[in-house]
Amino acid sequence: MTTGQSLVFDGVTKRFGAVAAVSDLDFTVEPGRVTGFLGPNGAGKTTTLRMLLGLVTATSGTATIGGKAYGDLENPMRVVGASLEAAFHPGRSGRGHLDVTAVAAGIGRERVTAVLEQTGMAPYADRRVGGYSMGMRQRLGLATALLGDPGVLVLDEPINGLDPEGIRWIRSFLQSLAAEGRTILVSSHLLSEVQQTVDDVVVIAGGKLRFVGALSTLEGTTTATGSVVDAPDRAALTAALKAAGHQVRVEPDGLAVDLIPAEVGRLALAAGVALSALAASGTGLEDEFLALVADPERAAEGGRQR
Amino acid sequence: MTFLRAVSAEFRKIRTTRLLWVLALILFGYVGFSAVAIAFFLSITPEEAGMPIADDFLAPLVYSMATATGYVFPIIFGAMSITSEVRHRTLGTVFLATPNRSVVLAAKAVAGLVIGAVYGVVALLGSVGLGAPVLAATGQMTLLNDPDTWLMLGRIVLAMALWGLVGVALGVLIPSQIGSIVTIIAFTQFVEPILRTAAAFADWLGEIAKFLPGAAGDALVGASFFAVFAGAGGGGTAPLEWWQGGIVLAGYAVLMGAIGAATTWRSDVT
Repeated sequence: MTTGQSLVFDGVTKRFGAVAAVSDLDFTVEPGRVTGFLGPNGAGKTTTLRMLLGLVTATSGTATIGGKAYGDLENPMRVVGASLEAAFHPGRSGRGHLDVTAVAAGIGRERVTAVLEQTGMAPYADRRVGGYSMGMRQRLGLATALLGDPGVLVLDEPINGLDPEGIRWIRSFLQSLAAEGRTILVSSHLLSEVQQTVDDVVVIAGGKLRFVGALSTLEGTTTATGSVVDAPDRAALTAALKAAGHQVRVEPDGLAVDLIPAEVGRLALAAGVALSALAASGTGLEDEFLALVADPERAAEGGRQR
Repeated sequence: MTFLRAVSAEFRKIRTTRLLWVLALILFGYVGFSAVAIAFFLSITPEEAGMPIADDFLAPLVYSMATATGYVFPIIFGAMSITSEVRHRTLGTVFLATPNRSVVLAAKAVAGLVIGAVYGVVALLGSVGLGAPVLAATGQMTLLNDPDTWLMLGRIVLAMALWGLVGVALGVLIPSQIGSIVTIIAFTQFVEPILRTAAAFADWLGEIAKFLPGAAGDALVGASFFAVFAGAGGGGTAPLEWWQGGIVLAGYAVLMGAIGAATTWRSDVT
């Protein structure tokens, strides 16, 4: 294995004609961590990854791997392994596909056997790819990325199409690769999909950077403003909250009110209502993520960590 | 080093799919059938057809069915070495393993030449392997003891190799699989035959038509259906020399390949 390298995106911009697909992206992906590259469909994730890999030419800016452009790497597949869209010739077997790629990259045949074992594809290796399920294609794509035992892995939506067992497998697999000191960059349009896997997140929307930082710092970038509260005597609680001038909605978990928990507790105490539950609402990571990608004004300044 | 890897990867691609064998089988059957049919009918009915053919002309005509009917096969194979990668979206993986795209294109050109030559041999197995016994059985000369015949067979293999190269160049110029194949069929089966037929009636058109790819390929081989009828029809234009035909054919490949390399091949792989 080559050592993990930092991926540096410096002012990366891509315009297709008049349309700016990606604008002025600046961020760094560090070795030894799993970084989630998040954004809604059409945010520019795939274009950005393809610029890093030299498949798409940036209009301006640079994306480098350990300081070098992909095309300048000596043995690129030994430095960076990538799986972009799990596309293969349907008439070729999984093993045939890996053989072809290994030959082109100057990688020994023993690696083909090794990655087939590593990704659990050995039993299906001699079947034509045309008969593979989406999950099998994803595993074959991952196997291709692993061929050169690279220090950097770039995976575009690798969880798409995996069954629950496969999702659990890839999560621990990526974490173990990062623990070996590799750089792992994984894109997804769903934070919840990678939430349990990633250490860092890079969020883009509309081709612009929205957030860069540790996953833990994403939580709390939007302040909790609501509570869910419940009491054995709901009527009394509702009356107390309404008397203070607040809207109350009945939800499955209790009453939702646009007031921070401390205020709700104070009002309940003043009214002499005993509470059975009180919690802050609207602070889930997914909510933070959705708020980040939905609101163009909440651009990088607020949440930006690096 | 990278180039040698890229070349062996191309041959590995060819060996791990079935296209080579499927096309080779059809090529053998198609050329063999044409050669047998021509040999049979021209052997037994030259006078009735009102077209006396010299004794030493029939064998080259039968053998050259290898290119006359078979030349589209190396073109299709060469073009598909590029269009199938585009269609199945595998070009990204190819460029990840070999980021220098010129190296990939050069490797495909080498594979196109080699597989074209292999198809030349397959086509000759059809035209000579099946045509010669029919000539012998109907009392015609097979000319297989004549060195000139073997030189022509060699030029047929060379022509098929060059057609394979032309195919790769066409594929990079028109990476769409449908677009490429429609162009190949339309040009070889429709556009060029019409132009060459028309050329038999106007000398100035003939001067241009002899530089068409099919005419250049026929000139390289030195015998073909069209050459026979152009000669018989009294068209005044002499075909190119065999080596000129080869250069013109290679020129088409270089020209189309260079345009494709500078345009589609350099574009973003999205």
